[in-house]
Amino acid sequence: MIDGIRVSALNAWFNGVHVLHGIDLTMAPKAVTAIIGPSGCGKSTFIRCLNRMHEVVPGATVSGTVLVEGENLYAAGVDPVQVRRRIGMVFQRPNPFPTMSVFDNVAAGLRLAGVRRRADLQEAVERALRQAALWDEVKDQLDKSGVSLSGGQQQRLCIARALAVEPTVLLMDEPCSALDPIATARIEELILELRSALTIVIVTHNMQQAARVSEATGFFLMGEMVEFGVTRALFTNPRDKRTEDYITGRFG
Amino acid sequence: MKPAGRRVVNVIMAWLTALAAGAVILPLLMIFGFLLFQGASAVNVDFYTHLPKPVGEDGGGMANAIVGSLVLVGMAAGIGLPIGILGGVYLAESRDRRLPWVVRFLADVLNGVPSIVVGIFAYTLVVLPMRRFSAFAGAVALAVIMLPIVVRTSEEIVRLVPSSLREAALALGIPEWKVVLRVVLPTARAGIITGVMVAVARVAGETAPLLFTAFGNRFWHQRLDQPIAALPLQILAYAIAPYDDWHRQAWAGALVLIGMVFVVSLAARLATRGRFSGVR
Repeated sequence: MIDGIRVSALNAWFNGVHVLHGIDLTMAPKAVTAIIGPSGCGKSTFIRCLNRMHEVVPGATVSGTVLVEGENLYAAGVDPVQVRRRIGMVFQRPNPFPTMSVFDNVAAGLRLAGVRRRADLQEAVERALRQAALWDEVKDQLDKSGVSLSGGQQQRLCIARALAVEPTVLLMDEPCSALDPIATARIEELILELRSALTIVIVTHNMQQAARVSEATGFFLMGEMVEFGVTRALFTNPRDKRTEDYITGRFG
Repeated sequence: MKPAGRRVVNVIMAWLTALAAGAVILPLLMIFGFLLFQGASAVNVDFYTHLPKPVGEDGGGMANAIVGSLVLVGMAAGIGLPIGILGGVYLAESRDRRLPWVVRFLADVLNGVPSIVVGIFAYTLVVLPMRRFSAFAGAVALAVIMLPIVVRTSEEIVRLVPSSLREAALALGIPEWKVVLRVVLPTARAGIITGVMVAVARVAGETAPLLFTAFGNRFWHQRLDQPIAALPLQILAYAIAPYDDWHRQAWAGALVLIGMVFVVSLAARLATRGRFSGVR
């Protein structure tokens, strides 16, 4: 299984504070892997290590290997910019570029990578917006400001923006935590549709969400991965006492 | 406190704050009114198109000083704005702690240096080596005064751009320099322009640093390495002269100066207006 994401001995620090302890984990390609755990357990840090966004924060360091499609992201000479082009990311709060229109937001990644031809951009924008299930809602307002959309639409706009550069992996860091239940349901539908095209890793503190959208789930606690397995098995028959305590609501 | 007492305090404080807000704009309104009253009669076509008349002759204008001020401020902005804005971006974006701290502190000190001292600095740096007063020396002095204002406001505004936007751009696989240039700066544009306009307005009215740099000139300037007229210098010369006609022209000069700052600010804001708003 060379196509998925293979993480081994991954450690991460913030200013010398050890926040991720030797994570080993293999995620299947073209499937959804969920990462759950209480606040501060390191799940966001973990996902940010998968496209080298962790090191963007001053004082943040990483060790270990992350193989994506067989290539180690942390090998010497690997350009983080190239890594991030292949591995897209959606954040907790919708963050469209406020000075750009809906169209320009989606086109931003391509345009700033040097794509100039209007026809190419138009095609890519429409494809990404359709993939993000937003095209029908915004096709008549591509010139409007990206931040004029509703919260749920903004988040789908951000997904479209990430998809426009045609990544093979999509990382989602609690993509629904700032959204209402209806908008959340739409994003979850979207995740299920995108699964056939991309490898998706989603961090969530909503266990029902993990159960609904993912094939495999990892449970993180205090910077360690306690348990990893098929989602159904992890939720119905956890092997570790701490996992059981967490999913039955005894703490966290 | 009883509800009735609380309501009374609320009304009193609301009025006090409204009064204070009014007091802020009162001086500007009074200055403007006074200038109109004293100087409006001397502002006419001649004022904009003619050179000053010799002593004893009525009429004439300040055309050379109006153009001189535009040249001086334009040159100063040409020197000061690129350095100031880029410096501000560095202060806001740098991961280094020490150098930005030092630069920030020294910029604040520079901001507090009296403008006459900046004039002496430009005199030593430019006028003495060139052995003559010049428009260029005046522009250097004004640029030095602009620098700390532009650096500090640019830094503050760039800092206000949410880090989530930087992260969104970085996560798209955009190199950091392009993120700053194409995402951060456009988002900060409106705020940076506000800072630039504050700096332009400030130096447009500066007199002291021009006294021994640009020096003033009663005629059209021929070259930028020669003395040049400026509205504040002309206003000073006319205000301390013993002629009523010159006094009227000094008032008119002040009125035109304020009007120019107003028009330039407005034009800059309209010309650089983005379609969608960023950080202000």
